[in-house]
Amino acid sequence: MSFLRSRFLQAVVVFVGAFVVLRFGIRPPAPWSVITLYMAIVAMALLIFVSSDRDSWASFVRPIWATLTEPRYRIVRAVVVVGLPLLLGYYAYTQAAARPQAPPELRAVHPAPPDSIQFRGKDFNISGAENPLRKDPDAFARHVAAGGAIYVRNCMFCHGDNLDGQGHFAHGFNPPPANFQDPGTIAMLQEAYLFWRIAKGGPGLPKESTPWNSVMPAWEDRLTEEQIWQVIMYLYAATGQQPRRWEATH
Amino acid sequence: MKRLTPRRACVVALVLFGALLALSALPAGAQEAAKEPAYREFPYIGSRLAVWAVAQLHLNFAAFILGVPIFAVIIEIIGWRTSDARYDWLSHEFVKLTFAAFSTTALLGALLLFLFVGYYPRFWGYMTSVFFPTYWVYALLFFAETFTVYLWYYGWDWLSGSRKWIHVGLGVLSNLFGTAILFVANSWVTFMMSPAGVNEAGAVTGGVWAAINNFTWMPINIHRLIANIVFGGTIAGAYAAFRFLSATTDEERARYDWMGYVGNFVALSAFIVLPFAGYWLGREIYAFNQTMGITMMGGFMSWLWIIQAILIGILFLGSNYYLWLGMERIPGAERYRKYVPPMLIVLTIGFMVWATPRSMVVTLDEARAMGGTHHPLLGFLGVMSAKNTVVNLMILTTFLSYILYRRANKVSTRPWVKTGMALQWAALGLAAVVVVFYGVYGYFVESIVRIGFSVYQVLAVLAAIVLVMAIDVPMFKGASSTGTIRWGTIAPRSQYVLILLAVTFTWLMGLMGFARSGIRQHWHVYGILRDTSPDAVTPALGYASNVITVVTLAFFALVMFIFWLGGLGEKGKAGAHAHAAPVLAGGSDTDR
Repeated sequence: MSFLRSRFLQAVVVFVGAFVVLRFGIRPPAPWSVITLYMAIVAMALLIFVSSDRDSWASFVRPIWATLTEPRYRIVRAVVVVGLPLLLGYYAYTQAAARPQAPPELRAVHPAPPDSIQFRGKDFNISGAENPLRKDPDAFARHVAAGGAIYVRNCMFCHGDNLDGQGHFAHGFNPPPANFQDPGTIAMLQEAYLFWRIAKGGPGLPKESTPWNSVMPAWEDRLTEEQIWQVIMYLYAATGQQPRRWEATH
Repeated sequence: MKRLTPRRACVVALVLFGALLALSALPAGAQEAAKEPAYREFPYIGSRLAVWAVAQLHLNFAAFILGVPIFAVIIEIIGWRTSDARYDWLSHEFVKLTFAAFSTTALLGALLLFLFVGYYPRFWGYMTSVFFPTYWVYALLFFAETFTVYLWYYGWDWLSGSRKWIHVGLGVLSNLFGTAILFVANSWVTFMMSPAGVNEAGAVTGGVWAAINNFTWMPINIHRLIANIVFGGTIAGAYAAFRFLSATTDEERARYDWMGYVGNFVALSAFIVLPFAGYWLGREIYAFNQTMGITMMGGFMSWLWIIQAILIGILFLGSNYYLWLGMERIPGAERYRKYVPPMLIVLTIGFMVWATPRSMVVTLDEARAMGGTHHPLLGFLGVMSAKNTVVNLMILTTFLSYILYRRANKVSTRPWVKTGMALQWAALGLAAVVVVFYGVYGYFVESIVRIGFSVYQVLAVLAAIVLVMAIDVPMFKGASSTGTIRWGTIAPRSQYVLILLAVTFTWLMGLMGFARSGIRQHWHVYGILRDTSPDAVTPALGYASNVITVVTLAFFALVMFIFWLGGLGEKGKAGAHAHAAPVLAGGSDTDR
């Protein structure tokens, strides 16, 4: 079993093992873009490992050198010389060939809000804005209930009755509707941010990072200011998330 | 090199004099601004690209000449107090590098000023109306800095022996002037991001100090000060690597191996605290303006952070790799080789977590399988709780690498060595537990609380580093040696790592500088002075990356040329050099 002590073989085994774990051990499957990134890091780490001392590096290089120079490995050499370019060519083909689906897109995590918006003809300053309905704790349950009713009437069809972005229409959209249960969505944002997104919808998204492909309507024409704040309160109450608070400024 | 002195001095003095003259004319120019066009078009490449490229080149050189003297004077002080000539030689070598790049920095600075005055007259007129008093301070500081560094460099022999304290004082003084220059220039840059002391129409209301002391001024001061040290260390390391690889004798190889090690050590020491300063800056940007913060971290600049994660991962892996390779030239270091695989695993997993995007590049099928662009499992690795946790663990691991390197050829003779080691491991382990605990707990609390957890994580890591060093220093004082370090026998690939670190850091500086500047979007001065030029669009990330790559290449081409010029002065008189290079043990197994 001395061949198992070969650094080259160890590196190959770890590389293949890492690929198997990343490709098949993560559910749902990780996107190829992420797997490629991870495998590049694994390859880098393996190269560092095998070359971090002289003996290890010699052990790693030995079989490669032998394959390239020694007559007894002529057949292996021929297979490598032919097979490697073919594999690379196949990879290039898979990357370049046209497919019957839209190519992957870079998407921004959160669109940046403007400092202020016009809401039904009046200026609304988003930076630093608080939800005015939270000033009266006694009315909290009433506002949440009203927000729930508004959500069911208007939002549930896309964002789902579990607020997880799995509504009836969700499968027709790319990108899918926001999943409010995800701690990376509304929990990261101030309520004023949600107010802007709901009021202005897809048409109000910033010009950068386009195309957003958002089908979110601009609700300012259908909901009042109070109703928007109510539905925001419902989103946080129903998911158990806390809105992000404004940091103290100096 | 010394024969060129008057000419070089004249060039710098003339450039500064010209800049001062131009500055003195600016108030009158500002009055005429209404008659002037707001912009002029730079031929072929456009004004923005011209300013961008020159500003970045100027910043790279400025960072180098401000960063290197900081550790050069510390090394000189070590040499002075220990009477070890090696350190004095090394400090002199470092200052020589700074000196060679000094006039280029001034020339690029003057060129940048001319570009602003010529192509962005309205913008420059406005900046002048706010910051004019600081221009004089800046110019005077530059004079003071220039002459102090000249005196520091040329007075090395004259101010030796009993007058060494004066020489060291000059080094300290030049650093103080340099830092003050940095702070003044930062006030202009940060005012553009987070203006203060002016009303919504841009009129000055709070005085020049209010404009200087704006929201992001001090975070950038600290961030750049630390980054300059890292940058200076990596460039000095790359220079040493270049000299190592082109060396023809064992003595020369040994010298430059040591110099490369010190450069990397300096870079690594400062690099360890750099993420904390960067995080503070990010928080302040968020606190100043949510739009800016979201544009930077969650909006269209967010993909730059994935590139940043990859580059910083390379810096961590590269720095550790260099230390591990360096242990091969230390007799006795074999004892610690067993720690390399686990440390590498921590660094690799940390790298993977840090590079995991929050919003992934996915096909429609992949998005549907995941239920969105956020992966239900990997998505947790895309937020700051995970990132802060792994970066702190990577810092701890890197510190452990350094500790093992430090003691590689030492055997402590203290009777309490076992207790000391146990305490050290406990401190590192406890810090790791605190970091992981707050990292995981961060998922269960609201954002504002989670952000505060990063402070506890940082404090735990810093406390562990201080405690481990406080034990390590007395524990290995007077330790028995397992052999002398064989300087010069390190594997040549280690030197390419040093060059890689310098290139990576330069590229990283350019990219993140673009992020910091680009979040102003279509504003020269955010919310105050709108960019109405044809270049008001924020460049696409790919375009920006290409520009930064070309600037980085240009910077290294210029650096190589300048270092080559510096080397010309040494040719033929190595033996007669006033600072004869010390002989270091190395090149063979025989201790010398």
